Amino acid sequence: MRPANRTNSLYFDAPQYAFQPPPEMDGRGSMHAVVIVGAGPVGLTAALELARHGTASVVIDTKDSISEGSRAICIARHSIECLQQLGIEQRFVDKALPWMHGTSYYRDQPVYRLAMPHGEHERFHPMYNLQQQYIEQFLIDSAQAQPLIDLRWCSRLVDLAQHDAHVSLQVATPAGSYTLESQYVLAADGARSAVREALGLRLAGEAYEGRYIIADVKMRSAYPTERRAFFDPTSNPGLTILVHKQPDDIWRIDYQLDAHDDETDAVREDRIRERVGSIIDMLGEQLSWELEWWSLYKAYTLALDDYRCGRTLFIGDAAHLVPIFGVRGLNSGFADAMNAGWKLAAVLNDDAPEALLDSYSPERRGATLEVFRNAARSTRFMTPPTRGSARMREAVLGLSIHHEFTRALIDPRQSEPYTYVDSTLTSYRHRDAEFKAGPRAGASLKNCRVGDDCFLLDHLGRGYTLLYFSEGGKVPDALLQAMTGMTVCSATARLLVVSAQPPERTAATWIEDPAGAITQAHGARHGSVYLIRPDRHVAARWLRFEATELAHAFAGSLARRTGSPGMANDR
Amino acid sequence: MNPAALEKIYDLLAAAIDALPPEEEAAFLARLALVLANEIDDIEVVKTAIKTALVRPGE
Repeated sequence: MRPANRTNSLYFDAPQYAFQPPPEMDGRGSMHAVVIVGAGPVGLTAALELARHGTASVVIDTKDSISEGSRAICIARHSIECLQQLGIEQRFVDKALPWMHGTSYYRDQPVYRLAMPHGEHERFHPMYNLQQQYIEQFLIDSAQAQPLIDLRWCSRLVDLAQHDAHVSLQVATPAGSYTLESQYVLAADGARSAVREALGLRLAGEAYEGRYIIADVKMRSAYPTERRAFFDPTSNPGLTILVHKQPDDIWRIDYQLDAHDDETDAVREDRIRERVGSIIDMLGEQLSWELEWWSLYKAYTLALDDYRCGRTLFIGDAAHLVPIFGVRGLNSGFADAMNAGWKLAAVLNDDAPEALLDSYSPERRGATLEVFRNAARSTRFMTPPTRGSARMREAVLGLSIHHEFTRALIDPRQSEPYTYVDSTLTSYRHRDAEFKAGPRAGASLKNCRVGDDCFLLDHLGRGYTLLYFSEGGKVPDALLQAMTGMTVCSATARLLVVSAQPPERTAATWIEDPAGAITQAHGARHGSVYLIRPDRHVAARWLRFEATELAHAFAGSLARRTGSPGMANDR
Repeated sequence: MNPAALEKIYDLLAAAIDALPPEEEAAFLARLALVLANEIDDIEVVKTAIKTALVRPGE
């Protein structure tokens, strides 16, 4: 919602996107590879990931502009790394405000200092604040520049029917309706997904008691970018408040409603101004401010039982709703989009059987359930649901003023990338267990520093990657031979040789490791190898290179039948 | 104590308090304190714990 006297944003000029009659309305319809319903950040990321692998998509969205309000504002490092894989991270990094700290206050006294893991060896900060409008704008601009993406505005999904070999979608536009046909559908149409509705699917899970107002205000403050949480401040007794800085002097203030607050009353402009004003006074800065936007928010942990329904994969909020406090909504959505994207491209390119799509739901729903466990806990702390939990929270916060031992309970448990350890695509766990360090099989590769302005992820291609730890730059013939078959979506596998000397007899990329630090960080020794999927998750790793197992692990990570007894026993 | 164990205790105590009528909460916490003091079996440790818990937020 916006103040009554203003229709425009104080900082963001929302573009208008015009409806263009599609070929279907001219009788020139064709079978599309993928239709993506929803041009929000998750749908657009999926479209860009598909395009990276050479797969065309049609993206439809009801709206003709970018939705109002800052909404999802925290982009985690792992998500920035996804954007890097798409080659579009720079605009985000340039505009966003990076941060790594937070402070929690109880009755005006600091009780917890959040310090997210960060160091010299990282390219990106742990977290970036950026209004969702910018996130969408940057993704739309990239999608529009990509000839493989057909972006269709003012196009509302009315109905969807799945058939044996295709899906037909009824689309309503200002110029009438038409039928869109596609081999696969990605449902990225958010919390009130029309695709979900059309397929008769429901989200299952819990709703929480807590209701929050999320509000954007414009004010100039030199206060650094960090997460501030206030529990029961003396100026606003009983309230829980979160404050985040965003670009363009926009501040995001989230505050909890009392159990007896009436919702329609709480979202009235005069009530918002009164509450936000008292919170800004509490921040102790004598600042003038302007109200930009606000909305009512309720916390849920809800998910579909299966993120795949036939030829439709659900990504982002269409598949799951999580509380905002763990900053895992959009961040999970980015990971969904990348996971679904490369798999769909591999299947459409005949590099993998359709069974590969079966791995999407276990991998990403597994991530959601992990988020639920953390989010349920942080939500119960933010908004204690019972007398007992309120009493215990009071005790923890009170003790934390002077004592260390209770402070860990105040940790907001921000987003950590999920590992696909239990996925059927991950193999040779007994080999993985031989390592003492490094990303385990199923985890994503760490973006560790490998040079002055040079990091490991900078060297990944769009297909598979092999990380080989070599003595003196020697590379076994059997490895080069095994790699010749590892082409996905016409991208050949890329070999990164980690060694003190340049690689011999091959055009592989050299990751110079004079002191052995990179080798050590990966728990590797000479002859170790990591097999990396296109979404940079480790499919398998060997302390000593095994040519046959490598070939089986590659096939297994694409859900091809391998008949390897080693892999079968392994699961 | 590791945070996971403390978290578990937080949940157990919250559930125990929820199971009682509000007017019995203080009596329960007093009984619990005596049971734990008996387990600790060290009067100096209990004395320090009482002092620690007596400090109210804002003091």
